Amino acid sequence: MTAQLRFQNLTLGYDRHPAVHHLDGAVEAGSLTAVVGPNGAGKSTLFKGIVGAIEPLAGYIERHGVKPEEIAYLPQVAEVDRTFPINVYDMVAMGLWRTKGLFGGIGRKDRVNVERALQAVGLTGFERRAIGTLSGGQMQRALFARLLLQDAPVIVLDEPFAAVDAKTADDLVALVRRWYDEKRTVMAALHDLELIKATFPRALLLAREPIAWGPTAEVLTPENIGKARRMCEAFDEEATACAVPEMA
Amino acid sequence: MLSHLLFEPLGDASVRHSLAAVLALALSAGPIGVFLMLRRMSLVGDAMAHAILPGVAVGFLAAGLNVFAMTLGGLAAGLLVALSAGAISRATKLQEDASLAVFLLVSLALGVVIVTIKGISVDQLMTFLFGETAAKMTGEKLAVIAVNATISLAALALIYRPLVLGCVDPGFLRSVSRSDGIAHLTFLALLVLNLISAFHAFGTLLGVGIIIIPAATARFWTRDISVMIVLAIASAIVSGFVGVLFAFHTGIPSGPAATLAAGILYGASVLVGPVGGLMWHVFPGRHLEA
Repeated sequence: MTAQLRFQNLTLGYDRHPAVHHLDGAVEAGSLTAVVGPNGAGKSTLFKGIVGAIEPLAGYIERHGVKPEEIAYLPQVAEVDRTFPINVYDMVAMGLWRTKGLFGGIGRKDRVNVERALQAVGLTGFERRAIGTLSGGQMQRALFARLLLQDAPVIVLDEPFAAVDAKTADDLVALVRRWYDEKRTVMAALHDLELIKATFPRALLLAREPIAWGPTAEVLTPENIGKARRMCEAFDEEATACAVPEMA
Repeated sequence: MLSHLLFEPLGDASVRHSLAAVLALALSAGPIGVFLMLRRMSLVGDAMAHAILPGVAVGFLAAGLNVFAMTLGGLAAGLLVALSAGAISRATKLQEDASLAVFLLVSLALGVVIVTIKGISVDQLMTFLFGETAAKMTGEKLAVIAVNATISLAALALIYRPLVLGCVDPGFLRSVSRSDGIAHLTFLALLVLNLISAFHAFGTLLGVGIIIIPAATARFWTRDISVMIVLAIASAIVSGFVGVLFAFHTGIPSGPAATLAAGILYGASVLVGPVGGLMWHVFPGRHLEA
């Protein structure tokens, strides 16, 4: 197995305070990994680091064969302006950006792809609807359709099934499985342990420090989960500089 | 009667120039206004209109009533304010509106200082800046407005996608492309260009009305951005024409006349516009079956 992403003594955070502390390890190409941990454990921060939205405080991330902007990223709270006058079709078609860029025309083949993506998320018939009229679950479906069109080798999803109903979650999980079957590398932050055990072969348990990382059954043990729960969430304003040496 | 109102003014070259200028201005001011509104920058546009004033004043002091000197002066001041405010808010954590307010105040103060040093009466300058400029549309002004409109439309076509996506989902745009910064700065530059045009057509203080009000009007009629832009252009043309014709017949300056006309269209849209108009709140009709 080859590594798609490799973290080398990676520390990510804000204003010198670490949110992910000394993470080492690799995400294999074509793997499906759940990132688990309490709120404030650094899951979102790790994803921001992976897509290059924030720079590491220390250590580094190797992205083998992909540029940061080629990684498809679904943030926990998408910054979508729901009042913007744009319809579902145009919004989903933005997923073609990587191949179309600023000026590329959208041809017949692209239209077929957009329609297929809408069909895959169950939004056929919603093409001309303004995005402001979508429900929360429908919006999440639209965002997944856009992810489909991005056709990215690496996909990171930050709590993609929070606040959607069971039917929507099932449909979206099926898409995640499809990406896994297509040998894409997928990481998702989740809280539903049953879903993770059923669907995700690998898991990373994070509580600022990495607690465990490997096959899901070995990671999500009661001891490990207990350990993660004891994490202190608040930053210590009086904290001194970390003593762990930087690696060359 | 109607022909007297509509066609008699066409015998006047200044009126013909004004109408042509309104047409050109509306074509670029419509989309600029729509994006200002969608980026929640309508007030920023208003503030910028005042920021170009000292530049225009310097141009006036240097070369008198020369259209090109005033245009260049206004452009320089506006671009300096827009780009530095934009760059500073991007590089630091200061919000764009705060940094714009700072630059606006500083550039206004600078303008007043320059004027005082040069020894021109403030009254004189103010009359010139806010007063009769509108009525006297020359071929030179028309040329400047037409060139500005052409540049604006071409540049808008180039940055249209990042501009839209930067409003809808800025996080997504940043994750796929680095074009958001350059699109935003280009947009600010185009805003300045159009403020200069509006200044030549309708004076500094009210010129910005023809950019902002038609966009707000269009919002009440559609949920689609392309239609919104077309409606904003149409509404700007109607308001501008009404302003120019009113000015011809009554002698009141065209700036206030056009702004009032735009305001009336806006008021009507607030009342009866199908997208969120008041009438639909008061008489919503019986709820549908599904």
